[in-house]
Amino acid sequence: MNKKLEKILQNRELNLVLLTAVLLIAVTLRAPSFLALKNIERIVNDTAILIMVASGQLLVILTGGIDLSVGATIAFSGMAVSMLNQYNPSMPVVVLILLGVLIGTLLGAFNGACVAFGKVPPVITTLGTMSIFRGFTFVLSKGQWVTAHEMTEAYMNIPKGKMLLLPNLTIWAIVVFIIMFYFIRYTRSGREIYAVGGNKTAAHFVGVSEKKVNFMVFTIAGALCGLAGVMWTARYAAAVNETALGFELQTVAACVLGGVSLAGGAGTLTGVVMGALFLGIINNALPVVNLSPFFQMGIQGFVVLAAIVANVLMEQRNDKKLLAGRRR
Amino acid sequence: MSNSMEHVSQSRLISEASLKERIIDLVTKWEFILVVLFLAVVVYFSNASPYFLDYFNMMNTTFNFMEKAILALPMIFVIMCGDIDISVASIMALSSFSMGYASAHGASTGGIVIIGLLVGLLAGVVNGLMVTGLKIPAIAVTLGSSSLFRGISQAVLEDQAYTHYPESFGYFGQGYVGDSLVPFELLLFVILAAVMGFVLHKTTYGRKLFAVGNSLTAARFSGVPVDRIRFFNLALNGLFAGIAAVLLTSRIGSTRPNIATGYDMEAITLVVLGGVSITGGKGNIVGVIIAVFLLGYLKFGMGLLNLSAKVMIITTGFLLIGAVLIPELLNMLKSWRKLKKQQQD
Amino acid sequence: MKDIVLQLKDIAKYFPGIKALDKVDFTIRTGEVHALIGENGAGKSTLVKIMTGVYQPTRGSIFRNGKSVQFKTSHDAQEAGVVAIHQEASMFSELTVTENIFMGHHLKKASGMLDWKAMTRHTADLLNKLELDISPDTLIKNLGTAQRHMVEIAKALSVDAEVVIMDEPTSALSLKEVEELYKIVRQLKNEGKAIVFISHKFDEIFEICDYFTVFRDGQYIGEGEVAKSSIDEIVKMMVGRSLNQMYPKKEAKIGETILDVEGLSLPGYFSDVSFNLHKGEILGFFGLVGAGRSEVMRTIFGIDKKSAGKITLAGEVLETTNPGLAMKKGIAYVPEDRQEQGAILEMSLSHNITLPQINDLSDFGVLNSKREKNVTEEFGNKMEIKAANWKVNANTLSGGNQQKVVLAKWLATNPQILILDEPTKGIDVATKAAVHKFISEMAGEGLAVIMVSSELPEILGMSDRIVIMHEGKVTSLMNRDEADSDKVILAATGHGQGDRHE
Repeated sequence: MNKKLEKILQNRELNLVLLTAVLLIAVTLRAPSFLALKNIERIVNDTAILIMVASGQLLVILTGGIDLSVGATIAFSGMAVSMLNQYNPSMPVVVLILLGVLIGTLLGAFNGACVAFGKVPPVITTLGTMSIFRGFTFVLSKGQWVTAHEMTEAYMNIPKGKMLLLPNLTIWAIVVFIIMFYFIRYTRSGREIYAVGGNKTAAHFVGVSEKKVNFMVFTIAGALCGLAGVMWTARYAAAVNETALGFELQTVAACVLGGVSLAGGAGTLTGVVMGALFLGIINNALPVVNLSPFFQMGIQGFVVLAAIVANVLMEQRNDKKLLAGRRR
Repeated sequence: MSNSMEHVSQSRLISEASLKERIIDLVTKWEFILVVLFLAVVVYFSNASPYFLDYFNMMNTTFNFMEKAILALPMIFVIMCGDIDISVASIMALSSFSMGYASAHGASTGGIVIIGLLVGLLAGVVNGLMVTGLKIPAIAVTLGSSSLFRGISQAVLEDQAYTHYPESFGYFGQGYVGDSLVPFELLLFVILAAVMGFVLHKTTYGRKLFAVGNSLTAARFSGVPVDRIRFFNLALNGLFAGIAAVLLTSRIGSTRPNIATGYDMEAITLVVLGGVSITGGKGNIVGVIIAVFLLGYLKFGMGLLNLSAKVMIITTGFLLIGAVLIPELLNMLKSWRKLKKQQQD
Repeated sequence: MKDIVLQLKDIAKYFPGIKALDKVDFTIRTGEVHALIGENGAGKSTLVKIMTGVYQPTRGSIFRNGKSVQFKTSHDAQEAGVVAIHQEASMFSELTVTENIFMGHHLKKASGMLDWKAMTRHTADLLNKLELDISPDTLIKNLGTAQRHMVEIAKALSVDAEVVIMDEPTSALSLKEVEELYKIVRQLKNEGKAIVFISHKFDEIFEICDYFTVFRDGQYIGEGEVAKSSIDEIVKMMVGRSLNQMYPKKEAKIGETILDVEGLSLPGYFSDVSFNLHKGEILGFFGLVGAGRSEVMRTIFGIDKKSAGKITLAGEVLETTNPGLAMKKGIAYVPEDRQEQGAILEMSLSHNITLPQINDLSDFGVLNSKREKNVTEEFGNKMEIKAANWKVNANTLSGGNQQKVVLAKWLATNPQILILDEPTKGIDVATKAAVHKFISEMAGEGLAVIMVSSELPEILGMSDRIVIMHEGKVTSLMNRDEADSDKVILAATGHGQGDRHE
């Protein structure tokens, strides 16, 4: 019986569920309306974009890399698509969404090419493109914004409408989740990501191409950022140059909270989604507990560090147990 | 080939050293490329603008890049050991915030500086402890701490700013050495660069840095206190961020939560552009110093030609990637040539 | 005559600066177990990687059933029915047994979706066949070394291969598991498959191999039928001369006890390890891969932290918490992995040699190049390192010379105890003999030496006493005159009678 309990405690996702529950209860004690269905729906909807982008970040981190350029990629594709909408109001939204994804894909492919074929470490590549993409956003917009009255109604409705009782944006996130889940679990390419992140030599021995996988993960991460760019600008009815500034931290935080190992090779999509929801709850709880939004950045930094430390300590404890158990 | 049998039975090492090879080796040497680039920048911009090659201008524009240059010095050590620190700009924000707070509460210039430096050092120590004590990758720690450090100043300052500093505090970021045209910031950088260069190339600490950077495991097996060195590097990085914060705060005379945004990227760019290997173990102070002035004057020149700040940021981003990409491509070319030659033997 | 399934002709493989293979021919036939013999560094592993598409040959051609083929990736090789059990650990420790077995050739349903049910079922069957009592869903990190090796074998069997290459498959297996493996090899042979068996244990080769090919220094030396050859003939081909001149062990005066280890433990690696070491003695440590020998040494040197036990050095209880401290106390450790742990490849010979004592050679932290030069020359010359000068990087030297650099570096610290972990692994015969001669001389001068080795002849030839470990425990301790290969092997595979001497 005791062993079973131990096993449950070792399950990261379950731990996170418990932690989330505690957080929810704490906030609800302060403000009972927090747990209202409507509010929960809002939290999920607010987290939808984070879920999309974090699932792309997951792929990159699984290979042992990191993508610091997600915020800039969102900003650029969001700006590009918003401006297209502004100057060609007749362009159908389907085309706009596809173009957003395409732009993100291209930016991600640039990252991927530098890492995979140019052997530039992911940190350096994406630190560079973080500036490059953000800079190009300014160049493209000439420093101007695209605001609500310059966007078409149809564009702004992409995330807003409701289907099957759920907001469109939430449905988009669910669709992304299902596709990504299938990709990671049920395709060879998805499994090869774990191979490259887990043991490069072994991956090479079984014919998994590290270059291909590296290129692929950055490209997919870019594509998801492209989609997120459309969603972001449509949802907030504005495309500004600072869109999603610092968002890379949140995506990495969602992964780390969800138990993804920054060394690569281990982590699950469900964990990441839960990590993202946890962050979403914190962000939504700030006003409830009377903290100004200016606290958001500091708290997120703290949560990330706390999560990393907790993960490391837990891992070290597990490793010790594992070793002690292997030989008597 | 008549001697092929003998060749095969002899050592499997293949030697090489023709004059052509040596020239190729020199031309593909990174410092050589940097100097050529630097000269190209000077020649191009002095033709493009009459204001470029002007002693007063050339001195004064160093105000714009000395803080970043100072950040780059300890970053050489950090990167050389295979770590990275993307929190230095946030440490600067935290340090500047503390100085503003101290100043608002009546601290003297000396007190403000000491507080700025101590807060920087402390932040670096926190990073260092988490990286070496808990064995967490530096990128993860500093990504989190960057948002924590800046977040603290943002939580307190919100959208306000500290703008009152003692008049004498202005010297560090605005003053000149004596009656000369040499900014104090430039002199400080030269002194610090000399010290750090000495440490890197002439002391046991420097030797150990190269050892750790080349092979962390082998260094540990040789009795090098690897973790102590990595900790010390990150702490030093914090202290230098404190120095940079003093200079920047003094120069602009105010503290906002978004102060020094993007400085970490530029400091890392300078180090990587200076030829320090991001995978560790290679680099020298001269390369980084050339990179400092190359990038500084490139931006000065671009500014004279009225190019926007955003174009400069894009350029910096490309330089960062290019500084790693180009040597990598050159290396691939070199091994390919070597292999080709072996095949002909 | 049996059918030729795979033939390699005039194969060469160059790496920048090194000819790993040159002018190599190799022919594999159906229903035959073919031993590929050669010393470490002879090019066997490189050849395996070429046959399985991990490397592409610089020159030469590969014929599969008489048709010229190219294996661009290991996937191509697998499609052509060639699989290998690689020597290096090539597992994904965070993934399940099933996934490890099927990585690279996952089974799919008709819809293109991965078929996890089928893969798990196949895995269970394979594990059954190998009589391995583990669940297909177990994560690899929860398995021991031997179990991991068995999973590697299961992985190779999961592909319907016609050529199965086994690169030193028995190095970490116990006797029972080796028997299991032999059974499988014979079964595969009867099914008409071709097996390439790489080993340098002659008892194995004579037990199950039919045919052999010998390599030396990256070149093809010769081939023949095992049944028609003697060990001596094969050894001569392998090393280029006969064996007896290799172990110049001198009688040394055994002095007082200098090191006393009592009940040393590190959970997961070894437990309750006790032994002592005398001045002038060479104490051999023998065991299978994963027996915990290196970990014991690392713990004594302060790299790993012990959980229990006492280490006494010259009467003083030693709390080595880091290598720097151990070094100051007079312990030197030449690690197993020269490239990763021993030498710093991208640093000059001089900087390598002086690194452990760089603090002592400096003036208050400032480097003193004159003193560095003196130390480098004294110990570099003593070890007879062959190099253009002391400023060249360590990676420009051959493996043997690199090992001499590592030895010089540690001798320069004037140790009382020298721990050598696989001191001759992967170096050429001439240097090997030089290293042996040198170890013997040092012991003769009163240095206490611990030598961890997996090469039985080396252990038997060099040691005054032999400590034998199995699965983290000391199973036997033998004196030089009472040790023979049978006894040592039995003890190392957990069948020793536990007759311990002090």
